[in-house]
Amino acid sequence: MTDTPLLDARGVAKSYGAVKALTGARLTVARGEIVALMGANGAGKSTFVKILTGAVRPDTGIITIAGRSARMGSPAQARRAGLVPVYQEPSLIPDLDVAANLRLCDTPVAAFVGWVADLGITGLRLTDLIADLPLATLRILDLARALASDPDVLLLDEMTAALPTDLVENVLRVVRARADLGMGVIYVSHRFTEISALCDRATVLRDGRTVGDLRIEPGVEDRAVELMLGEKIALGAREGAAISARTGTPRLAIRNLAAAPKLADVSFDLHAGEVLGVVALEGQGQDELFDVLAGFRKSTAGTLEIDGQPARFAHPSEAIAAGLTYVPGNRADALMAGRSVRENIALPFSARPRNWGPIKRKMERARTDDAIARLQIDTRAQGEVQRLSGGNQQKVTIGRWLATGVQTLLLFDPTRGIDVRTKRQIYPLVRELAEQGAAVLFYTSELAEVRLACDRAIVIFNGRVVDIIDAARADEPTLMRAAYGLTAAKGAA
Amino acid sequence: MSPTDTDTTPPLARLGRILRDNPIIPLIAFLLLLVVALEFMRPGIVMPIRAGREGLISSFWLGNLIKFAIPLAMLAACQVLTMLTAGIDLSVGVVATVAAFVCATLSSTLGVPQAVMIALATGFVVGLVNGFGVGIVRVHPLIMTLGTGLIATGCLQVYQRFTINTGTLIPPFLEWLGTGRTWGMPNGLFLFVPFAIFIIWLMRSTGFGRLLFALGSNEKAAKLSGVKSWQVLMALYALSGLIAALAGLLYLGMIRTPSLNLANPLLLPSVAAAVIGGTSIFGGRGSFAGAIIGALILRVIDTMLTLLQMPEGARTAMFGLIILAVTALYVRITGTK
Repeated sequence: MTDTPLLDARGVAKSYGAVKALTGARLTVARGEIVALMGANGAGKSTFVKILTGAVRPDTGIITIAGRSARMGSPAQARRAGLVPVYQEPSLIPDLDVAANLRLCDTPVAAFVGWVADLGITGLRLTDLIADLPLATLRILDLARALASDPDVLLLDEMTAALPTDLVENVLRVVRARADLGMGVIYVSHRFTEISALCDRATVLRDGRTVGDLRIEPGVEDRAVELMLGEKIALGAREGAAISARTGTPRLAIRNLAAAPKLADVSFDLHAGEVLGVVALEGQGQDELFDVLAGFRKSTAGTLEIDGQPARFAHPSEAIAAGLTYVPGNRADALMAGRSVRENIALPFSARPRNWGPIKRKMERARTDDAIARLQIDTRAQGEVQRLSGGNQQKVTIGRWLATGVQTLLLFDPTRGIDVRTKRQIYPLVRELAEQGAAVLFYTSELAEVRLACDRAIVIFNGRVVDIIDAARADEPTLMRAAYGLTAAKGAA
Repeated sequence: MSPTDTDTTPPLARLGRILRDNPIIPLIAFLLLLVVALEFMRPGIVMPIRAGREGLISSFWLGNLIKFAIPLAMLAACQVLTMLTAGIDLSVGVVATVAAFVCATLSSTLGVPQAVMIALATGFVVGLVNGFGVGIVRVHPLIMTLGTGLIATGCLQVYQRFTINTGTLIPPFLEWLGTGRTWGMPNGLFLFVPFAIFIIWLMRSTGFGRLLFALGSNEKAAKLSGVKSWQVLMALYALSGLIAALAGLLYLGMIRTPSLNLANPLLLPSVAAAVIGGTSIFGGRGSFAGAIIGALILRVIDTMLTLLQMPEGARTAMFGLIILAVTALYVRITGTK
């Protein structure tokens, strides 16, 4: 890279309160170069993308595009500076037709129509209403619109997710051709196959900073996985990892389960006494899986059996009646912020109409006190849950189900954003619950947790189970490779 | 990651928090302040002894204040309960009117107990329709209850044409309840005191009350815990309709002339009483005790405006203005919404 890069971002840092999302991110893109931006969950990738596209202002850092210092104060400014993003979620207005959407940001229509044809969409009329078009087409339209505005740098953020293969090929071909004419491309993706097919270079983020640049060549996957993991300090292995005997009728038997939009085909058994980890990169269908099991979403295919009995839930109350209790990833979804710890824990007690009568205070106090004690919830500020720390709030959401009685516990990333001390309290608790006969499904974005809390883990990629790994050999590189679909790719090759 | 209960908040914000956690105390203080102001405007009205008459506190004045605050407070109960779930019931004025009118016209032909039952049933049915719309069809409560209120008004007008020839009869016990006094206090308290105890008990000590707070605090969390919100909303709006009908019957005994918009003017004050009493229209926070004080405050303000001998229009405008000002001030200080 002898000449000045087309895009040059360096020293980019951003903190949200005490949380340092980015500490020193760096990214350069030369003319005609396609650079993959990679990083594990929580590495700061999405914050970096938001800064590059002007959605978030960085605390420090310099971004220049084509030698000009670019002020990315807003998405509009970023666009004017020459950087145009295409996201996973379509950004067209559903109630307007195609032409009106183009007028909104002065997209040249002729160029747009040309790109649409080039990308392999036929039969599109400018009078079509966006809401009537299929999702895959909308993503292509987004890309065509971005290309038509003739950007200096194109940022593609997971835009091929859930796109049919032929369209993915078209996208890769067109983007490559356009790059060969001098455009720079930032390609944010979890998919090694696409990255190695398309990109020239990969920039890897870890813990909020850029830790390496890799030339794309055979064997780059291993190097990338290594960089993404870094030298992690071992949290210590679980002692006496008693792999429970998986015999008899499973508590939960899932066969070929699918749910729109991302869960394609998932099968596994979960036995009583077992903690089954779920490992997946963001948006691989794990949200849909947990939603279906918790009764928030209906499956589109496949079966679910509980203790050998087929089940199908139309409402969370039915899942709870079947013993499936859910701790969602977002604490705010589970808590009544302004109510007391006790009331939050006791909420399921009054759910059914026959319990709408007088509250049985004695029973309630005994059960909530028990849950509070087992989880060691700090109750100094118990009058309002919102005054508790994040870790204690998370304990309250788990405590709710301890108080109700746990049979099958669905934990969705229960340690996200909480302090290490609380994390260390949660792992033994999960183990203890399993030893007492509960079945636990444990999605985690922190790979090290699989060894600490789980007996084995299923890995989901692209809506399918691609691997089942025993805790004994679930080290982070193995899990990371599996999560990126690398084992599957090898199997196919 | 430590709990954030170490207080470094500025004094005004801290005062706001105290007010928010114990809304009753400042409300009572405000009520007393208004009463003192009233006494200064017309010496002797509250304390006849100052005007050279007998008695330290005028039981006539106090009785009247309470008497007219009762139907308002009952309708405010409808607002408090629905607001807990981030809803509202704008049909209560009409429902109360309909119940009163139906009771007055049917009493002479069907007999009093039947008429009272039918009147209460109409309120219950309108409430069920509200609950169906809000809970199952998911229409916004504002639109839903406004709509059923209009429909009920229309039905009442049609009904009136059919009953133009039958005379009206105010059931004697309603008259006793509405206008009679025992030891200087209105008999309406015989209905209201048990009612208020029931509502406060319902809110604080029953599973149903818990769920009202839960739906208003975080409907998703409630769903996650297995609560079917449509069940709660159906029961809630039906209860609200029933309460409104009951308030209408009491009001009938008080006014003694059924008309087609008997209780309609109580609608806005009932919302205001709830809000002044510390109930958040965004749900999850509220108290009925506060709403009772709110209703008393509104009655005192009304008396003050009457004393100023303003023309009717100016009085109404002033009343609206004061409701808005008091509510805005209260919301601002306590930081609630």
